Amino acid sequence: MNFEISKDPIDIQSVIDKVVQREAGAITTFIGTVRELTHGKKTLYLIYEAYESMAVKKLEQIGTEIKERWNGAEVAITHRTGKLDITDVAVVIAVSTPHRADAYEANRYAIERIKEIVPIWKKEHWEDGEEWIGNQLETVAYPKGKPEAKDLNE
Amino acid sequence: MNKIMFFAHLRDRVGEESVTKDVSGKTISELKQMLEENYELKLDSVMAAVNEEFASDDEVIQDGDTIAFIPPVSGG
Repeated sequence: MNFEISKDPIDIQSVIDKVVQREAGAITTFIGTVRELTHGKKTLYLIYEAYESMAVKKLEQIGTEIKERWNGAEVAITHRTGKLDITDVAVVIAVSTPHRADAYEANRYAIERIKEIVPIWKKEHWEDGEEWIGNQLETVAYPKGKPEAKDLNE
Repeated sequence: MNKIMFFAHLRDRVGEESVTKDVSGKTISELKQMLEENYELKLDSVMAAVNEEFASDDEVIQDGDTIAFIPPVSGG
């Protein structure tokens, strides 16, 4: 179970523990947290929603891509759903590799891929309203109407 | 029969997490058009997934397929 969607607060150490291996010389951990200000606008809280079964599959796909690209990598990702307050942890990504440069690169790759292909959405709640992020008003994540072929199958 | 799932703002608009309908034989783009008319949705920047894999607009839906409409994602 290296790839999980969780309704509960994420235990960071348990994600790290999943990638511990004798071959590793480095473990990088990315912790994505809920930010209060976005372009000067104050967030009160967020709601994350996932298409859970597909999201787990797509996280696994990211893990497979990383193992193909970075020799000897181990990957674990947990993403939280539900209501998150400011400073709460939304996602934890742990990557271990034999050498540190790869661990940094592969971890960065994982978060960028999550933002491309994993069906998870956040709804921002501000003082003056709420909005699902990722709609045409906020960002244009699929400028051609879909993730690019390279995004899906790389 | 087919299960058709909606997420994020699409679910808010439709008012349901999913609907059950027989849409086998239709392509994804034909289904999109049908839903746009029925629910006044805009689906041009929305991806579809069939059985949890991203699908192109010309994929033909089979009986029993689960179709999900995936607005641009915003995880992380």
